[in-house]
Amino acid sequence: MNQPTIQPTNQPTNPKIRIEHVSYTYDDKTVLRDVTLAVPAHAVTVFLGPAGSGKSTLLRLINRLNDVLDHTRLDGRIFLDDQDIYARGVAVSDLRRRVGMVFALPLPLPGTIRENILYGPRLAGLRDRGRQEEIVVRCLTQAALWDEVKDRLDSPAVSMSGGQQQRLCIARSLALEPEVLLLDEPTSGLDPISTSKVEESLFELKQQYTIIIVPHSVQQAARVADHAAFFLTGELVEYRPGRELFTAPRDRRTEDYITGRFG
Amino acid sequence: MMLGILAHKPANMNTARRYAVQRLGFGVLILASLLVVAPILFVIGAIIARGVGAINWEFLTAMPRDGMKAGGIFPAIVGTLLLTLGTALVAIPFGVGGAIYLAEYARDTWLTRAIRLAIVNLAGIPSVVYGLFGLGLFVLFLGFGTSIVAGSLTLAIMTLPVIISTSEEALRSVPVEFRTVSASLGGTRWQGIRNIVLPQALPGIITGVILGLLRAGGETAPILFTVAAFFLPRLPQSPLDQTMALPYHLYVISTQVPGMPAEIQYGTALVLLALVLSLNVVATVIRSYFRRKRQW
Repeated sequence: MNQPTIQPTNQPTNPKIRIEHVSYTYDDKTVLRDVTLAVPAHAVTVFLGPAGSGKSTLLRLINRLNDVLDHTRLDGRIFLDDQDIYARGVAVSDLRRRVGMVFALPLPLPGTIRENILYGPRLAGLRDRGRQEEIVVRCLTQAALWDEVKDRLDSPAVSMSGGQQQRLCIARSLALEPEVLLLDEPTSGLDPISTSKVEESLFELKQQYTIIIVPHSVQQAARVADHAAFFLTGELVEYRPGRELFTAPRDRRTEDYITGRFG
Repeated sequence: MMLGILAHKPANMNTARRYAVQRLGFGVLILASLLVVAPILFVIGAIIARGVGAINWEFLTAMPRDGMKAGGIFPAIVGTLLLTLGTALVAIPFGVGGAIYLAEYARDTWLTRAIRLAIVNLAGIPSVVYGLFGLGLFVLFLGFGTSIVAGSLTLAIMTLPVIISTSEEALRSVPVEFRTVSASLGGTRWQGIRNIVLPQALPGIITGVILGLLRAGGETAPILFTVAAFFLPRLPQSPLDQTMALPYHLYVISTQVPGMPAEIQYGTALVLLALVLSLNVVATVIRSYFRRKRQW
């Protein structure tokens, strides 16, 4: 990002996602408390905070993955392009095609590399062979995996290394051409080389996608963040452009966290 | 490694005694497992030894003659196969369907808790009670008469708890993350179940189904009032016919017919045992075939 000013924080000029007064309880435990923030399009936004801060939960709320849980309560609203995603009549499958997700542990589905990539598009009804082939090539290339696996697209996905599996999972979520990509500690199980490959691919991907990432370390957050939100025990403490938050945090608690005083 | 540690330790009474106790403990455990195996080997051995002489082509394919003291047991074999098939037709769709509902869809409410409780209790009901229930509901109230339909339905109800609980267990053992991944790629819940979860759970489901059917095929009490014929030297013509069946036939020739040659009794037991065990082998083969394709 070399623009002189990044539009600040709670009211970016082109918000892709708006989270308004979201509170969330699970088994009567408060996980999120009155969180309000707006996520700008075509940038990397980081949700930062110690374990139990609610950052991963907020991520999962954005594509409604927590719908299946019992004994939960959600207040507030979440908008994607000004559409309330929890409104009555929203097709959850369509929402998840627009908002993709990559998880902490790479989990290839049973089957080959190619089948993994095409799982989503096929469920969406794509039958055309040529289009399928294009998707496989495009996604693997975007996830920086094409050169390594182009000769063995039909071997089992589990035969790949852990780092390759995680990039496969990124490629798999890109296959649906989502508008938003959510990444929940996508490099927590990876070695440094694979980690930097994944981080590099993020810089490419944000041209096209809106990215929210829960990083697995403060250092990673500082490397990739255009915007950074710091959470603590379910509350949003501070939300500002990344280099401001990491170089001159305003809140004492943010400073303590990013300087490693607690974690 | 253990030995290495031992070698560097000064030998003392205490250690020596502990190892003696350990050896004694192992001895008791080995003995216990041998005691479990012994009766099975003994039963199978005795039945084979005393029944194999009765097995010949006529015994397997002919109708019984002379008050069942001669001829074959063909109608009983066919009857047991038909009853097992009928049980499968009813119990598999309902059992696996119920398991899918409980494992994948049911929220944690008082209703689902009541259903689970009912299933556990159903599994504990004595089989003769199922027989009486079948007599009341299927034979008399629904008017199926003593028939293959009534018998199969009774056996199916008895088998359902086994199939439901083993299938539910198999579905739950598939890591929840597979469902999450499928959902995150735009799959409906059913698409995730159909494409990912069911194939992974199949070995466990098949095991449960076959275990349930084995029990059904070998039961006497539930068919006593609902389908089994004392002596019927012809094959059933329709699902509403009575039929002979191996377990009941065995009971009859062992207790109700004076002067029955022991060889025929043991021969019949051997055929029943062989049918049940061969189904068991099929189950094991299918399970290991699918398990090799599984990936976690």
